Amino acid sequence: MNAIIPIRREEALGCTNTQVLSEKGQREVFCGLTGIIWLHRKIQDAFFLVVGSRTCAHLIQSAAGVMIFAEPRFGTAIIDERDLAGIADANEELDRVVSELLVRRQDIKLLFLVGSCPSEVIKLDLSRAADRLSRQHLPRTKVLSYSGSGIETTFTQGEDACLASLVPTLPSRTVEGKHLLIVGTLADVVEDQLGALLRKMGIERFDFFPPRKSTDLPAIGPETVCLLAQPFLADTAKQLEARGVKRLSASFPLGAEGTTQWLKVAAKAFGIDDRRFDDVTQAPRQRAIQSVARHQAQLKGKSISFLPDSQLEIPLARFVYQELQMNLLEVGTPYLHRQIMAPELEQLPSSTRLSEGQSLELQLDRCDADQPDLIVCGLGLANPLEARGFTTKWSIELVFTPIQGYEQAGDLAGLFSRPLLRKLKLVA
Amino acid sequence: MQLTLWTYEGPPHVGAMRVATAMTDVHYVLHAPQGDTYADLLFTMIERLPRRPPVTYTTFQARDLGGDTAQLFKDAVSSAFERFQPKAVLVGSSCTAELIQDDPGGLAQALNLPVPVIPLELPAYQRKENWGAAETFYQLVRRLVKTPDPVPSPSARKPRCNILGPTALGFRHRDDVREISQLLQALGVDVAVVAPLNASVQDLQNLAQADFNVVLYPEVANTTAQWLERQFSQPYTRVMPIGVTATREFIKEVATLAGVDIPPDLEKNSRSVWFSRSVDSTYLTGKRVFLFGDASHVVAAARFATEEMGFDVAGIGTYSREFAREVRDAAKKYHVEPLITDDYLLVEEQIKSLHPELILGTQMERHIAKRLGIPCAVISAPVHIQDYPARYAPQMGFEGANVLFDTWVYPLMMGLEEHLLGMFREDFEFHDGAAPSHLGSARSQPTESKVPLKMEIDQIVVSNPSVVPITATSWSTDAEKELGKIPFFVRGKARRNTERFAMEHGLSTITVETLYDAKAHFSR
Repeated sequence: MNAIIPIRREEALGCTNTQVLSEKGQREVFCGLTGIIWLHRKIQDAFFLVVGSRTCAHLIQSAAGVMIFAEPRFGTAIIDERDLAGIADANEELDRVVSELLVRRQDIKLLFLVGSCPSEVIKLDLSRAADRLSRQHLPRTKVLSYSGSGIETTFTQGEDACLASLVPTLPSRTVEGKHLLIVGTLADVVEDQLGALLRKMGIERFDFFPPRKSTDLPAIGPETVCLLAQPFLADTAKQLEARGVKRLSASFPLGAEGTTQWLKVAAKAFGIDDRRFDDVTQAPRQRAIQSVARHQAQLKGKSISFLPDSQLEIPLARFVYQELQMNLLEVGTPYLHRQIMAPELEQLPSSTRLSEGQSLELQLDRCDADQPDLIVCGLGLANPLEARGFTTKWSIELVFTPIQGYEQAGDLAGLFSRPLLRKLKLVA
Repeated sequence: MQLTLWTYEGPPHVGAMRVATAMTDVHYVLHAPQGDTYADLLFTMIERLPRRPPVTYTTFQARDLGGDTAQLFKDAVSSAFERFQPKAVLVGSSCTAELIQDDPGGLAQALNLPVPVIPLELPAYQRKENWGAAETFYQLVRRLVKTPDPVPSPSARKPRCNILGPTALGFRHRDDVREISQLLQALGVDVAVVAPLNASVQDLQNLAQADFNVVLYPEVANTTAQWLERQFSQPYTRVMPIGVTATREFIKEVATLAGVDIPPDLEKNSRSVWFSRSVDSTYLTGKRVFLFGDASHVVAAARFATEEMGFDVAGIGTYSREFAREVRDAAKKYHVEPLITDDYLLVEEQIKSLHPELILGTQMERHIAKRLGIPCAVISAPVHIQDYPARYAPQMGFEGANVLFDTWVYPLMMGLEEHLLGMFREDFEFHDGAAPSHLGSARSQPTESKVPLKMEIDQIVVSNPSVVPITATSWSTDAEKELGKIPFFVRGKARRNTERFAMEHGLSTITVETLYDAKAHFSR
């Protein structure tokens, strides 16, 4: 049972009970469709077909089109006026487009129909379409659907929606024994490292989700527990819980501290004793602390503000506060899931200004007043803020870089120190 | 619905943003869902602008749809006006907002702002980016321009013109404007207003005071130039000054409109003509190029390719439906079938069947070129960050021709290497299909298509009836081997020709003989 929580412990619980500034107004964020940009590399035999407008197609290619693709792994079924006027049956049209695509690309094993604002507003039922198309194209291609629309999802929530749509298709586990599912897209190298640490501790039965191939979906069962590796996976966690998987609450594996806490939760769940845990983690932990220390010298005492983007802001703020000793001004997040974020919030200083949602102009006014040494923000704002004399760290890179685990702690710190170092280096 | 892997143009509201962002004191309030602010990145990242585009988005979410999105829009307009104090306000919808039908125009009028409010009707499910830019520019000018006061003696001053068409996020617009302004200055013509790039509301008001208009980019400025001609009898230029001959024609056109003489030393920095005549360029003769892009760049590039580089046009096409006629005319001139489409897959099929030795296209054609292993240079938007260079890189005027020469020759294998490769085929380093050595090892080998040949043919037949289908001929082992001796960049063409020859002559097997018969047949 839960321990009785004593009243008046704000200080000890960090930011847990802090009033969150909740704002409505212009939000300078990506929609969930953007998740496709990394998901298409993670699950290599999947194809992402957005059902939307030209705007959706333009968004994805503006973001990913700088890479030259011999075989694109995403596309858009652009809704046109005939679909809107009801002249063409939207479902028949979609079936035609999917058949066209699958003829062209016979190697696609998993096809995601990705909903967008237009398809949600006109209430095109993609989940039924996915069922129908699956029946047509199985066993070669499985078809699923999720929404990456801007009206429902913000940036990384696209991954959440995608993974949540995969959960019901995970096979049931027939092997006996406790099983760990690590949830959230991680760089391949990070997966390998975390996996090696778990094995050394004696945890053998674990899987990463999403897998690198759609044909390697992990099996889950009543003995499966899951550990989120990314903070933006609320719906996926809910779906997993609905299938009887228990979620372990932990900080996120960012920095030496975060990684230790995260691994510790796994170790506890599998009854690994503290000695063994320390034996396994001590050396990499020391390495991480040392490599972070190099950057700490430069960042200690510097002030930082996070603008909302990916929901990684709170764990990152904890890392820069705890391990780089930076001074937190504002930590903005597009969406705050209190339960998932609880272990992180406890560790933030209670003076932190937490904000959820955004009213862009007001938030920029606060930046002007705060004059942070470093602003973590999206690419729409980074260059304009730099031109005004601020130093910025563009936040999307934090989603596209291996930052989790011990061996990446120094790299993660480097992402924050590099813009400041650059400013010092450039003389012109 | 249309399956789109890559789209050539964005939605029309991005065109409107290109006009608003180009200008100095206009603000655009866009009714759009959360996420559509991605368009800011086009300007701050791809074009590297040091400021935010002057655009306020309502960024509504699902929960707002139950409530009053119209009020949300009105609030956004008033607070944007208060904060940015623009001299004119544009209001409009993105594709999703178009579905919820809040009438931004009417709502904004009701606010009674003390500056002009220009509502934009941009049908997102029918029209695209360039149309959006043209329409926005036209609406702005129509609404803002003022009838000039009668001037007593216009001969007392130099002739003056406006430059119309350059926008934010235009392909080389920044440097084209500089090159053409210098050219006009050398001709003794003053540039009154450049618009929309760096123009203010005041500038647009003064547009009618110039003697004539220079239209640099018809896709954006034609509607406006035509209207100005009707309203204020301002003539406008028709020639796009890309390439040396076109630039000379443009100069003549301007000189006539302005009534000035052409000074003798205009071409002193022109080098492309000599470079092209020098013997090093002889091997460029008859290289088969495929051109695709916006209509005006494609037509201008085709002319430069044939008349100034000595290439042959293997195919030509555009995604600008509004200007399809110009491209059809050009296609007639080069005896090829025009390809008017915004379907990337059709372009890919066309290129595959034509086997050009060089593709001149957009960022999208670079994907196709990579897949097929064909050299490629970019001549038109859409483009990515590397085509907004720091250095001076116009396409227009004499310097533009210099830039074009360098850019187009670069991806081709150089002469000596090409000769040696034709002679010695088994070298371990300079082998068949290896990237041209001056490009380092950077370019990958042609990706073998995973699609079976049969299906390719079916698709071609469906999509383009003009291409002769090839079926039921097989290659003998010897002939296949002999085919391998043909340099790779013309091999595809040789294969097609031979198969076509065999089909036409009812041959079921292709032998070495057939190969050479076909070669003789087609080299007539």
